[in-house]
Amino acid sequence: MNDTLAGWLQILALVAALALCHRPLGDYVAHCLTTTRHLRAERLVYRTGGVDGDAEQTWPAYMRSLLAFSAVSVLFLYAFLRLQNHLLLSLGMKPVAPDLAFNTATSFVTNTNWQAYSGESAMGHLVQMAGLAVQNFVSAAVGIAVVAALIRGFTRKRTHHIGNFWVDLTRIVLRVLLPVAFVFALVLVAAGVIQNFHGAQALTTVAGDHQSITGGPVASQEAIKELGTNGGGFYSANSAHPFENPTGFTDLVEIFLLLVIPFALPRTFGTMVRDRRQGYAVVAVMALIWAASVTVVTINELHSVSSPAGHAAGGMMEGKEQRFGIWSSALFAVSTTLTSCGAVNAAHDSFTPGGGGLLIFNMMLGEIAPGGTGSGLYGILVVAVIAVFVAGLMVGRTPEYLGKKLGSREIKFASLYILSTPAIVLVGAGIAMSLPGEQKAMTNSGPHGFSEVLYAFTSAANNNGSAFAGLQANTVWYNTALGLAMVFGRFLPMVFVLALSGALARQRPVPVTAGTLPTHRPQFVGLLAGVILIVVGLTYFPALALGPLAEGLH
Amino acid sequence: MADSLPRHQPHRVSGGLLDPRQLLASFPDAVRKLDPRLMVRNPVMFVVEVGALLTTLSALKDPGVFPWVIAAWLWLTTVFANLSEAVAEGRGKAQAETLRRARTHTTARRLTDWRPGAEAPPEEEVAAAELQLGDHVVVEAGQIIPGDGDVVEGVASVDESAITGESAPVIRESGGDRSAVTGGTKVLSDRIVVKITSKPGETFIDRMIALVEGAARQKTPNEIALNILLASLTIVFMIAVITLQPFAIYAKAEQSIVILVALVVALIPTTIGALLSAIGIAGMDRLVQRNVLAMSGRAVEAAGDVNTLLLDKTGTITLGNRQAAEFLPVQGVEADELADAAQLSSLADETPEGRSVVVLAKWRHALRARGEGELEGAEFVPFTAQTRMSGVDVDGRSIRKGAAGAVTGWVTDRGGRPGDEVHDITERISQSGGTPLVVAVDDADGARVLGVIHLKDVVKEGIRERFDELRRMGIKTVMITGDNPLTAKAIAEEAGVDDFLAEATPEDKMALIKREQAGGKLVAMTGDGTNDAPALAQADVGVAMNTGTSAAKEAGNMVDLDSNPTKLIEIVEIGKQLLITRGALTTFSIANDVAKYFAIIPAMFAVAHPGLDRLNIMKLHSPTSAISSAIIFNALIIVALIPLALRGVRYRPSSAAALLSRNIWLYGLGGLVLPFVGIKLIDLAVQFVPGLH
Repeated sequence: MNDTLAGWLQILALVAALALCHRPLGDYVAHCLTTTRHLRAERLVYRTGGVDGDAEQTWPAYMRSLLAFSAVSVLFLYAFLRLQNHLLLSLGMKPVAPDLAFNTATSFVTNTNWQAYSGESAMGHLVQMAGLAVQNFVSAAVGIAVVAALIRGFTRKRTHHIGNFWVDLTRIVLRVLLPVAFVFALVLVAAGVIQNFHGAQALTTVAGDHQSITGGPVASQEAIKELGTNGGGFYSANSAHPFENPTGFTDLVEIFLLLVIPFALPRTFGTMVRDRRQGYAVVAVMALIWAASVTVVTINELHSVSSPAGHAAGGMMEGKEQRFGIWSSALFAVSTTLTSCGAVNAAHDSFTPGGGGLLIFNMMLGEIAPGGTGSGLYGILVVAVIAVFVAGLMVGRTPEYLGKKLGSREIKFASLYILSTPAIVLVGAGIAMSLPGEQKAMTNSGPHGFSEVLYAFTSAANNNGSAFAGLQANTVWYNTALGLAMVFGRFLPMVFVLALSGALARQRPVPVTAGTLPTHRPQFVGLLAGVILIVVGLTYFPALALGPLAEGLH
Repeated sequence: MADSLPRHQPHRVSGGLLDPRQLLASFPDAVRKLDPRLMVRNPVMFVVEVGALLTTLSALKDPGVFPWVIAAWLWLTTVFANLSEAVAEGRGKAQAETLRRARTHTTARRLTDWRPGAEAPPEEEVAAAELQLGDHVVVEAGQIIPGDGDVVEGVASVDESAITGESAPVIRESGGDRSAVTGGTKVLSDRIVVKITSKPGETFIDRMIALVEGAARQKTPNEIALNILLASLTIVFMIAVITLQPFAIYAKAEQSIVILVALVVALIPTTIGALLSAIGIAGMDRLVQRNVLAMSGRAVEAAGDVNTLLLDKTGTITLGNRQAAEFLPVQGVEADELADAAQLSSLADETPEGRSVVVLAKWRHALRARGEGELEGAEFVPFTAQTRMSGVDVDGRSIRKGAAGAVTGWVTDRGGRPGDEVHDITERISQSGGTPLVVAVDDADGARVLGVIHLKDVVKEGIRERFDELRRMGIKTVMITGDNPLTAKAIAEEAGVDDFLAEATPEDKMALIKREQAGGKLVAMTGDGTNDAPALAQADVGVAMNTGTSAAKEAGNMVDLDSNPTKLIEIVEIGKQLLITRGALTTFSIANDVAKYFAIIPAMFAVAHPGLDRLNIMKLHSPTSAISSAIIFNALIIVALIPLALRGVRYRPSSAAALLSRNIWLYGLGGLVLPFVGIKLIDLAVQFVPGLH
């Protein structure tokens, strides 16, 4: 089987699997978010936490719960990392330095999983399992909780209540993430991913070198790493490491896992707003951008070859795993940068300027095609609010989306959302580039060096977590700056989404008439995709011009 | 007869034309508005003004052709934005001047002790400005009415041209729905006593002046929302440009303050930012041009959102009177014979119904209407309330026409037998909502019924198409009528309204409005009577007729000076047009940015990264000419779009999806392509300016 056929088969299998799961998974999540019945395990959780599972929260209360939970999570994880040498299964690892511990704690709590450390040489098993992996579950659940609250803003009428954060969080973890991750951990184990508690094993390679390889509970972490669009690898090499991702099959499973929830949530949305067509329109926009990006990056990596060695390899093989090849590396890279996952099976730094530039652009889109678990859907819905506002004016009515009017309150919060992430990215990268001392962290010069810094802040603020490699980011300044970028990039938008939800829930819905802008037709799909590309393109064009464009255009 | 009328023509909401002289005349106002305290209310243009100041300072410090060109055009951009607002306001000011002239300082003849029916009560002379609520004044022919009020005694013809522009006098009388008079209008004949209903300084004319001048103008909810979005975009672009400098320094391509300011101004949505307030003022102005006064911009916007229109049947949907539609002869009688008899019997009937019978006979049966004098010895029998029929006796024939019961009784009295058929026909007509008039004759063959004239409400021409359009726009129409449900249903079907409210009382109307609103719908209605006032106040858009009572005018949020209820449809269209204009220009403004990037980015960085010159797809002459061209285009497009902002974009009633497609193609794609052409053309010219090469 040649590479092209294998590549196509992989894409087809992936799309088929995602399409198959779209309806049942989407409807199941909708059921979990709307049912009034609690499981026994959930009641136990509520009782332990002193939460009334039947109480509803206003948006400020929902926000306070969410922020408090996340703050405690950061503190807990920080302590964990600082004290790991006193704990079981530490494998003799030293305490993590304060700045790196802050960076890592915020990174995992914000669902970013930016890693300024090497897992195998810095983290013991207990930290990996009880610290990092727990956040992999709950940070993903927090994202879905926020989108649940936003959808309720659309579906509810004349109320101040948008759900209960604790209930949403508990249900998503217990009913959705845990069972699915458990099943796929077994699948991964069966396919060759390791799962043990071994420490470092010394061995001699064929060439006669000595190597020390750490074992660990990898498969269990690998499943939720992808499923929760977290992306923090057990090993530094992430999904390029043979213990995390040994074969083409596991590679496909991992790509599937990181896409499956984000692509199913629009169905949840359609089901909850009782108009499935609305969900299809949203998923169509996501799929359109994803497919276009896969196409462009794959073509770029296959054909932008300058060296004879490249021709022999059939494309840009630098930085890509031989067992995955161009097709699968491009597919993985696009999927991980469009989902806020950030797991990698190749070095993004080594992609062609065009391909690598598009990976940055993918993240700049705001992680909405399909985006992170929950965050992708709320991100695209906020852009939809802006698109509907402008388009709605053009049909001669006060714009309304799903029966809710988009007045100054709604537009204020949506605008703040759209504003916040680019501001963090550009201001962060701007400060980094004006500090001569911090420029030492760049291992490359010229536009490529700048691309690395831009990539780092784009990745952090958009909660992606993948890196362009070249940047030596484990410095006090970068750990702190990127940590702050992750915190603000995660929670500022969330606050605005919850505020938007509150503003929407207060309204009485407007009936749909022939004069209402239809938001389920191909027309709207095209409009929304256009607004996303133009708004993002205009915001980042100057910065991209000095990075990937300057590098790529000769 | 809708089927015989000329086909309905697509119409267009249009505003007044823009006179180029208005631009010049408004120029001083535009410069005055450069005051930063005024500019700060418009965040987008305030940024441009600050940018103009920065570039000017930079040009003073570091003189050169390029910085001065940029500084000059940035100031012009700001002035052009103010110009659009000044022109829009200027039109209102002219109108206000006319109104002020009407508000002469009259003296009032106040009646100190007026009671209904009082003969010659004592009166005193006071200044009109001293009149208080509830005062009674007397006004006689040739005098100006000193304040707004209701006529409580007498009837007079009044010249209201000062307000409506209509020179034909109108009748105002006490009681009923034509009692309201407006201060500043002139009594032409007779004498009336008016009860003052407005406080001094708050009269209708005072409010009109404030409205058309824009003094009372407040930003509408939708305008505020759009402003927030524009401000956010401005902030995003400012951040993008400010943070660009450290990146540029790293790339060894540090940029001057002039270029950075130029980039910011090119990117922020100046086109819509400049025209936004003019669009709002012009929307109100378009209503004023149609003689409709909106009490707030909010009401105009609400008009665009209306889901349900309540329309009075008479005057809006049907012509005022019933008309003969058909002659239905009984068996054995020729239609021509019936038509002839019907026409003869109606020759002396001067009611609209009677004349319509003559016209129908002439038109359908080619029977020329004979003059009364042409018929030798004809004796006309006029209609009386007792006989309930009219007719003519001529050439030994007696013809009678009238209500079914009366005419069949007349036939029976004369020995004829009307037969069941007549009953069947009249019953059928009644059920279809019409009114039957039976025609009978008594001649040598004896007394007998010839047939029945079908009188019906005539639906206005083109109204059905109008309602079809409204339906496509997603607006439901409800006909309000005092008729019985049967008649109402028939007319509703013929006119094509979606729903009707028969035997409507003011309470029914109110209940209907509340029901619609409970479902989240916005309701618009017209009204004139005092008993309409609560419903007018409850409706989201309440258009009071100027002929109506002051209570109605007070309750509504718009007043139609022409008192034409059909105008409600136009008002809705103007409301929609206002929003569409805003959306279209916003789209246009943002789409413009793409071309500006392709002009400015290569100009900034092609020296440091020669590869970026490939982005210079317009092949602009030089970096300075490219940046200057983008800024000049940015300024000129504002002036070019002022007429569009004032007139509003073309609006044809159609579905939301069709409207959106059209506007995206026109303003989205147009906005993408046009600046490429425009900037290239300007570049071809400015490259010859010494210092820009």
